[in-house]
Amino acid sequence: MRDISAEVPGGGDYHPPCPDQVLENVLENVLQFLTSRRDRNAASLVCKSWYRAEALTRSELFIGNCYAVTARRVTERFCRVNSVVLKGRPRFADFSLMPPNWGAHFTPWLTAFGAAYHWLEKIYLKRMSITDDDLAQISLSFPSFKELTLVCCDGFGTSGLAILASKSRQLRVLDLIEDEVNDDDVDWISCFPENGTCLESLSFDCVEWPINFGALERLVARSPNLKKLRLNQFVTLGQLYQLIVRAPQLTHLGTGAFSPPEIWAQGSEEPDYEAAFSACRSLVCLSGFREVVPDYLPAIYPVCGKLISLNFSYANINAEELKSVICHCNKLQTLWVLDTVRDEGLEAVATTCKDLIELRVFPIDASEDSEGFVSEVGLTAIAEGCRKLQSILYFCQRMTNAAVVAMSKNCPDLVVFRLCIMGRHRPDYLTNEPMDEGFGAIVMNCAKLTRLAVSGLLTDKAFSYIGRYGKLVRTLSVAFAGDSDSALKYVLEGCSNLQKLEIRDSPFGDSALRDGLHHYYNMRFLWMSSCRVTLQGCREIAQTLPQMVVEVFTSESTSVKDEDEYVDTLYMYRSLERSRNDAPAYVRIL
Amino acid sequence: MDRLESYECRDLNLKATELRLGLLGSDERESKSGSGVTKSHKRAFPETAEDCISSTNSSRTPDTDRNGELQDCTPPAKAQVVGWPPVRSYRKNNLQQTRKISSDHHHHGNGGGMYVKVSMDGAPYLRKIDLSVHRRYPELLQALENMFMVSIGQYSESEGYSGSDYAPTYEDKDGDWMLLGDVPWEMFSSTCKRMRIMRSSEAKGLGCQ
Repeated sequence: MRDISAEVPGGGDYHPPCPDQVLENVLENVLQFLTSRRDRNAASLVCKSWYRAEALTRSELFIGNCYAVTARRVTERFCRVNSVVLKGRPRFADFSLMPPNWGAHFTPWLTAFGAAYHWLEKIYLKRMSITDDDLAQISLSFPSFKELTLVCCDGFGTSGLAILASKSRQLRVLDLIEDEVNDDDVDWISCFPENGTCLESLSFDCVEWPINFGALERLVARSPNLKKLRLNQFVTLGQLYQLIVRAPQLTHLGTGAFSPPEIWAQGSEEPDYEAAFSACRSLVCLSGFREVVPDYLPAIYPVCGKLISLNFSYANINAEELKSVICHCNKLQTLWVLDTVRDEGLEAVATTCKDLIELRVFPIDASEDSEGFVSEVGLTAIAEGCRKLQSILYFCQRMTNAAVVAMSKNCPDLVVFRLCIMGRHRPDYLTNEPMDEGFGAIVMNCAKLTRLAVSGLLTDKAFSYIGRYGKLVRTLSVAFAGDSDSALKYVLEGCSNLQKLEIRDSPFGDSALRDGLHHYYNMRFLWMSSCRVTLQGCREIAQTLPQMVVEVFTSESTSVKDEDEYVDTLYMYRSLERSRNDAPAYVRIL
Repeated sequence: MDRLESYECRDLNLKATELRLGLLGSDERESKSGSGVTKSHKRAFPETAEDCISSTNSSRTPDTDRNGELQDCTPPAKAQVVGWPPVRSYRKNNLQQTRKISSDHHHHGNGGGMYVKVSMDGAPYLRKIDLSVHRRYPELLQALENMFMVSIGQYSESEGYSGSDYAPTYEDKDGDWMLLGDVPWEMFSSTCKRMRIMRSSEAKGLGCQ
C-alpha cells in the first residue's frame, strides 16, 4: 500500500487516495452496520485489512469471561468502544459452590477503559465485584455515561450509587438486578439531578433497605422519559399508587411489596388502585409482588390484556388467585411463578397463554425434601397448551419421562430446557425408570436446543443421547448424574458446539477429562466440582493445553497435596493471557 | 434438626420399600466405573461433613450402603447438600419472607437465622449479625465487640453503658431507639430491626422507656 503520508491536506500536491485506502474506507463504512459480534469476529478473520477495519469500527464489546483476556489487550485492539458487557464468575458461584473473594474485579478494567474509552456510554456487568470507588470513577472518567446495568454483582453500596446518581448527569439507565447492595445509610435516591433527569429505566428491587419515598416521588415527577421502574419490597401499595399516577407512561413496572401499609390514617379511603393501573396504557411488563396481599390483585386486571411479561416469582399465591389474573393475559409471552400455584394454576396458564414463550416455575421451598407443589401434570398441561414455548425452567419433586417426552414433541421450538427434580437421583415417578428417555427425547426432538439442564436419576445412556443428538447445545448443566466416565465422554465427543459445561457431584474422572482435549479451547469454560478428577489429571490438561487456565480449588484451607487426591473444584477456561495475578490463596493455577 | 430427622424417617420408609432397578444394578455400575480408583479420597466438604450421619466413601458394601444410593462420591442421601437445589440465595432469602404471616422485617436465612444490620458511628460500612445464634446479651455484646474491635463497657440499669465511648442501641418494631439490655432478651430478639453502636454522648437519654 502506498504511503499515504505523502498527502498533504489543504495544500501541496494532490495525490488521489490509493485503491487500497479507498477500499479500507469503504470497508469501515460498511462494517459500521455490522452489529452481531459473531459476524464481526468472522469479518475480522478475513485478512489484516479487514481485521483493522473491524477493530476500528467495533463499538460494542462483549467479554464473556473477564479472565480470558486482559483489559490492555482489548483497549489496544479496539479504540472506539462505547458499550461494554463484562462477565465474571461462573454461574455455579450463585449456589455457594465458590468460596468468597475468588475474583472478577471490575477495577482494573475500569482503569483501562477510563484511559482508552473516553466516550464510553454503557456498562453491563454480570457476576462481578464493583466497588463504590469504581462507581465514583465511572462518573469521573466518562462524561457521556448513560447506562449502568449490574446483574448478580457485589462490592458496592448506596454511597457509590449516590455518587453515580449525582455526577453522571446524562444517566438514562440504572438497573440493579439481584445484586448484593451494601446499605451505608446514604439517601442515594435524593442524589439525582435536581432540575430533571434523563432517566428511562430505574431498577432497584434488590436493594434490601427502605429508600426515601418522598425523594422517589419527586424523582419520578422530574423524569419525563421514565419508562421502566422497578421498586423494592419497601414500597407499599399506597406508595406505588402515588408513583404510577404521576407516571402513567410506564411500560415496565416492578410493583414492590404490593401490600397496603400497616397503618392507615383513620377514616381515610383506599385509593382507587384499579383506576391508576387503567391509566397506564403502555404497561406491558409487571413484576414485584414481594409481599402480595392477593385481595388487591384485581387492581391489575385492566392491564392484563396487554401484558407481555409477568413475574410472580416472589408472589405466594395459590391456583385460584393466579387464575383470576391469568385468565385475562392472553398476550403473555413470559411468565415466572412460584410452585404455590400448583398444577392447577399451570393448567390455567396452558389454557389462556397460547403465545407463551418462556416459563419459569420456582419452588417456594427450595430444599431437597420439600413437598413440591407441581409435577408432571403441570408440565404436560403446559406442553399441550403452549406450543410456542421456547424456554422453560421447572422445579419439581415429581416427574415422568412421559411428560418430558410430551413436551419434546409438542414444543419443537424449545431452545432452553431446564428441569430440576429437587430430590436427588429421583427416577420416573410412575415407572421408576431413570429419566434417560425423557431427556433423550428433548435432544432428539428439539432441534433448536442450545441450553440444557438435567436432573433426576440418570444413567450414562442419557448422556449418550445428549452427545448424539445435542449438536447445537452450548450450555449443559449436570448434577448428581451419570454412572461412569463414559457419560462425560459422550458429551465431550458429541456436542461439538458446547461452550459452557458445569458439572457437580457426578462420577467423572481423569479419563473422561482427557477426552475433551480436542474441544476445550472452543469452550468458554468447564466447571467440575465434587467429581473424581485428581490433581494429576488436572495437571496433565494444563500441560497439554497451555492456552487453558486450569484453576483448582478446595473449600476451607485444606489444599490438595497428594496427586491422587480428588480436587474439590476444577474451573478451567481458555485465555489469551497467562494466569491471573489476583487469585486468592485457595486457588491453585496449574 | 427436626428437618434432618424427618428426612431420615422418610428415607428409611421410601428407599427401603422402593422397587428400583438400581438396587442390584448399582453394584454392577460401580464396578464398571471408569476411574478404577479404590482408595478413599479426602474431600474437604465441611458443610456436608457436619450433616453426614455416616462417613462418606468408607463403607460401600451392599449391606451397609443406603439402599439405591448409586453415587458413592456424594454424601449419603439425607445430608443437606450445599447449593442444591440450585436457587440463588437472594431468591431463597426473599421467598422465606413471603411465607411469613407477620409483618416484621427480619431477614431469615436458611435454617432460621435472624440477621439484622449493625452500624457503628464512625465506621464506613454496616455489618450483619445473626441474632439467633445468641441467647443472652453478654454473648451478643461480645460478638459485637469482636466484630467492630471496640469495647462496649458495662451495662447497668440506672447508668446505661459506662466505661467506654460507645453504647449499643437498637431500633424496635415501632421505630423507637432503645438501649440494648433494657428489655428481656426474648422481647429484644423478636422486636429488633437493626442495631447501631452509638457514641456514648448521643446515647444519653435513651433507655428511659
